Amino acid sequence: MLPMSYYLVLGAVIFGVGVLGVLIRRNALVIFMSIELMLNAVNLTFITLSRYLESLHGQVYVFFVMTVAAAEVAVGLAIIMLIYRNWGTANIDDINLMKW
Amino acid sequence: MELFLFIVIGGITLISSFFVVFQRSPLYSALFLILTFLSMAGLYLVLGAEFVAIIQVIVYAGAVMVLFLFVIMLLNLDNEKREWMTKHIQQKYFGVIVVAVLVPLIGLGISTPLLYSKSQLGAPGTYSPQIAEQVSNTAAVASLLFTDYILPFEITSVLLLVTMVGVVYLARRVKKQSLPGK
Repeated sequence: MLPMSYYLVLGAVIFGVGVLGVLIRRNALVIFMSIELMLNAVNLTFITLSRYLESLHGQVYVFFVMTVAAAEVAVGLAIIMLIYRNWGTANIDDINLMKW
Repeated sequence: MELFLFIVIGGITLISSFFVVFQRSPLYSALFLILTFLSMAGLYLVLGAEFVAIIQVIVYAGAVMVLFLFVIMLLNLDNEKREWMTKHIQQKYFGVIVVAVLVPLIGLGISTPLLYSKSQLGAPGTYSPQIAEQVSNTAAVASLLFTDYILPFEITSVLLLVTMVGVVYLARRVKKQSLPGK
């Protein structure tokens, strides 16, 4: 069995890639995809700990995280569609109505 | 063997997740995100979580990414392809610095052996590898889900209903009116 830290570090790096995507990208859709990436990295951590702590609770939590993520994607994409319909763009620099 | 699988599948996951962020076209980002999800399902299989791996393929790589691709095809995003490397240089610079600090922090913090020494952990759970060989993973997860986690399960179903109503409301056809952004 591999050391647990391999998987945990991989999860941390993928989470970092997701954070990087949220910080440097300007497209609302790509930012949304980066959020999905972060959720998946956390899921990987859950599964790893569930394996190495010999408990099934982590897998059940991943199930709930996936359900909530699917619901979040549906609502978020509907909102992005509405923004695009109203503003004609999905670039977050142009959507600054609530900025100040 | 597990090391080999981890290096191959983990490498695919890592590289394709980098491509998700550094791809210019959102369509290619979405396709690499599908690859990331699939290889992550492979990692779940390596870790012995078959049920979650299948759910990952069906829900994430299937349903969620179909939604993403559908929206990308529906929107016309071509005019935002080129300019993203030249604008907001300072913000990108600081973003890279923040991530370069954050990743070692999370990685070292979460994988430090101090957290997971035997005395800290206490007794291991009931799902030992010997039991995992005898019971099917799906049945074990389901029995836990429908006994200990029955209330969160029901709340999740209500959440899905609320989501459905909300999305139908958001996606309805609106009458022509003056919108604030115009």
